[in-house]
Amino acid sequence: MEINANTESKQLGKRGSSQNKMKIIRRILAAISILLITPLFLDFTGTWQALFGWMAKIQFLPALLSLNVIIIVALLILTLLLGRLYCSVICPLGIMQDGFGWLGKKAKKNRYSYSKPLNILRYIFLGIMVTAIVAGLNSMVALLAPYSAYGRIVSSMLKPMYIWGNNILASWAEQHNSYAFYDVEYWANGYGVLVVAAVTLVALAILAWRNGRTYCNTICPVGTVLGFFSRFSLFRIVLDKSKCVDCKLCSRNCKASCIDIPNHEIDYSRCVTCFDCIGKCNKGALSYKYVGIKNSKTTSEPEKVDGSRRQFLSTAAILGTTAAVTAADKTVDGGLAAIEDKKVPERKTRIAPPGAISLRNLHKHCTACQLCVSACPNGVLRPMTDIENFMQPESSYERGYCRPECTRCSDVCPTGAIRPLDTAEKSSIQIGHAVWVKANCVPVTDGVECGNCARHCPTGAITMVESDNGLEIPAVNTEKCIGCGACENLCPARPFSAIYVEGHENHRII
Amino acid sequence: MSKNIDRRDFLKKLGIGTTLTGLAIAGCKNAEKTPSITPDIKDGEMTYRTNPKTGQKVSILGYGCMRWPTKPAEDGKEGGDEIDQEMVNRLVDTALENGVNYFDTSPAYCQGKSEGSTGIALSRHPRDSYYIATKLSNFAPQTQTREASIAMYNNSLKELQTDYIDYMLLHAVGGGGLDNLRQRYMDNGILDFLLKEREEGRIKNLGFSYHGDIEVFDYLLSKHDEYKWDFVQIQLNYLDWKKSKEEEPLSVNAHYLYDELAKRGIPAVIMEPLLGGRLAKVPDNIANRLKQRNPEESVASWAFRFAGTHPDVLTVLSGMTYMEHLQDNLHTYSPLNPLNEEDLAFLQETADIMKQYPTVPCNDCKYCMPCPYGIDIPANLLHYNKCVNEDNIPTSSQSPNYAKARKAFLVGYDRSVPKLRQASHCIGCGQCSPHCPQEIDIPHELHRIDEYVEKLKQQTV
Repeated sequence: MEINANTESKQLGKRGSSQNKMKIIRRILAAISILLITPLFLDFTGTWQALFGWMAKIQFLPALLSLNVIIIVALLILTLLLGRLYCSVICPLGIMQDGFGWLGKKAKKNRYSYSKPLNILRYIFLGIMVTAIVAGLNSMVALLAPYSAYGRIVSSMLKPMYIWGNNILASWAEQHNSYAFYDVEYWANGYGVLVVAAVTLVALAILAWRNGRTYCNTICPVGTVLGFFSRFSLFRIVLDKSKCVDCKLCSRNCKASCIDIPNHEIDYSRCVTCFDCIGKCNKGALSYKYVGIKNSKTTSEPEKVDGSRRQFLSTAAILGTTAAVTAADKTVDGGLAAIEDKKVPERKTRIAPPGAISLRNLHKHCTACQLCVSACPNGVLRPMTDIENFMQPESSYERGYCRPECTRCSDVCPTGAIRPLDTAEKSSIQIGHAVWVKANCVPVTDGVECGNCARHCPTGAITMVESDNGLEIPAVNTEKCIGCGACENLCPARPFSAIYVEGHENHRII
Repeated sequence: MSKNIDRRDFLKKLGIGTTLTGLAIAGCKNAEKTPSITPDIKDGEMTYRTNPKTGQKVSILGYGCMRWPTKPAEDGKEGGDEIDQEMVNRLVDTALENGVNYFDTSPAYCQGKSEGSTGIALSRHPRDSYYIATKLSNFAPQTQTREASIAMYNNSLKELQTDYIDYMLLHAVGGGGLDNLRQRYMDNGILDFLLKEREEGRIKNLGFSYHGDIEVFDYLLSKHDEYKWDFVQIQLNYLDWKKSKEEEPLSVNAHYLYDELAKRGIPAVIMEPLLGGRLAKVPDNIANRLKQRNPEESVASWAFRFAGTHPDVLTVLSGMTYMEHLQDNLHTYSPLNPLNEEDLAFLQETADIMKQYPTVPCNDCKYCMPCPYGIDIPANLLHYNKCVNEDNIPTSSQSPNYAKARKAFLVGYDRSVPKLRQASHCIGCGQCSPHCPQEIDIPHELHRIDEYVEKLKQQTV
């Protein structure tokens, strides 16, 4: 029984149209939500993050990992009240899938059908997630977390385009002597992230196009957890058996595949309260209403985070002989000396940004959403590549250093992996300490005065002292050093700096 | 006595020359010019000055070949620009067509490519239609042996595709004092060699260009009877004219230099008449002031008229990168309309106002380059100067235009200078400073700019 859109809307009763309004409201909220959250990964000025950074912080898994009890409780209460509205209007990955699903429905109407819940799979994935969190296998957490998956897709696939567009505007602005837009260098810092994001996007697009919310109701651990609660929600979609003519129109438009018409049952653990079915039913058999406390089966909340820390070692650095810049013999005027790119030194301990508290804390709480990597304006943060910490951020100073006026990563981090701090606090947190490498130091190799490290040290931890050849070399007071990397980044020795930062496992206040 | 000559005395002396020039050109200047955006290339004939020794007529506008236009090199490397030969040919053709006949180059200019490029462009014209000036630029120690210096001279002849040089110069003597002069030209017998070349006719005129230590200038002039300098190249412009030694001990006092030459009858070739564009890119109020007095002429024209007004000036060099520069200068000098006494007083007042702006006296000559650590020194200094002139150097976060000025400074900085070539990377090795003809303490200025950038970034201005 196919009914075209015109007759359908005519036959909708008064109540039907008011229910349809709920779908419109849901769509508007979802649109606002995704439009607020997406620029968090794109805006390199920090403005959007300052205004709407909270959008990342109300995401379920980040809130859980940051032990943000208020948000968790609020989201659970929301679910207990209204069902899995979170999946429909807050989760960006869910909204994105609805976008693909909508396109799929354009291609073929009434394409869904009821299916039995794949509960075993759901619990396996939830089990994996809980185990991963507990065991500190964060690369697994990062792969499964819906918000992080969305972040990776935007930051590795949409951001290059965004920057490209910006740079076109910037060159236009430059021609018109305007400072409204400025050029930003795009740094493709994580091919691993790009691959993961691309695979996720393609898989989700296909799943959503064909079957709606398969991912949310099979794989997504957040969906599974919220599903425990939504079964008991006070408001839910109710099917009036007496009005139902078993046409299955609702079921064939249910992206969650949760309306079982033959049995006149709705699987509330999978329903994401999208209200699509209500509008579809031309008999007014479906409605969203208060049902009160019906099912009182108790379920357990997933275990809280308490991961055991694992030892990790950096595999990144390339061992190589150091080469210092040699002063060119100048016989003619003009021209620019070539500048060799800096290479990552071999660090015994990797560096975490201020606010991370410790490598352990970062590892434990980070879901690898790439928000901090996207937000870092200095080219310091980049995703790690080793399996254990896959896609989690680390600091390095080849392209820039952790500037004193910047707290962007700590401002945006939704999971508590990098805690919020102000610039004064930041400047007093020791995340590492500088180490001098005599063999690379320009006064030693080139026989010229330098002192660029001391000149730029924000804490005055470097003093220039006379060396054997009469020129001054840096002496680092490691107690005063905060590990910001100004010295390493601005050191003239290339490709390896003559002064570099060793990370500290635990950050401390100096 | 002449050292302390004041402006009035100078003007009296100048009056004679001005009157003569004025008479010579009377009637040439078209009183009713039609205003147009691009000035007509010329309104009359180019003004010429006579070389007292040879009787050669030299155009008052000389072409400085230090700033030839460049284009990105084929291989596309950063900083791998090459000279745009096609454009150089067009510029040289236009200059010759309009009466310019003096071309000044050096083996050091444009990363050593200027002589070759100038040679290509000039050799397309009859050799007797222009005069070539080049220099013995043996700055680097390895070029200071007799053999290496003579090789450099011979290479100049080859690059310029000629068998004689019209005007040969000892290049930028003064920097490094008398010791440096002896090392470069005396002890190795190069000056004697050049004198011999002059005798034999391969050098038509021998002179020197001077920057820096006044002791060297005085010494070389004291030897005038022996060496018979045919000309001397000095820096002269309205900003440097009256600088006193007390005021700025290291700066060129053009007034003194010019008078010393004039009283010996040595013609002066003028360099830096525009201070590398600093007298064209002036703060708005200065530009308005100049425009108000002479609304139809360019800001730069004041500087060229000032240099040309002095009667013992043989030619005024301008490093014209763009056709528009050439057109404007041709317009100014075809013919030269000398400044009168009131104009000169007005310009001196203008100079006094300009000196209040804390710009760095960089003329973008690139003698300091390449910096072995990759800093683009002139680009840093010029960006700073631009911001000074545009009032984008906020001194306090309470300044009314603070936010706008901060953005203009920082965004403009990244646009003008790639990050790795900015002042923060200056290590202060000081290898650049001895090369600076303006005697700028380059590391000091770069560190000052870097500190200011830090303050702007951290919002602690």
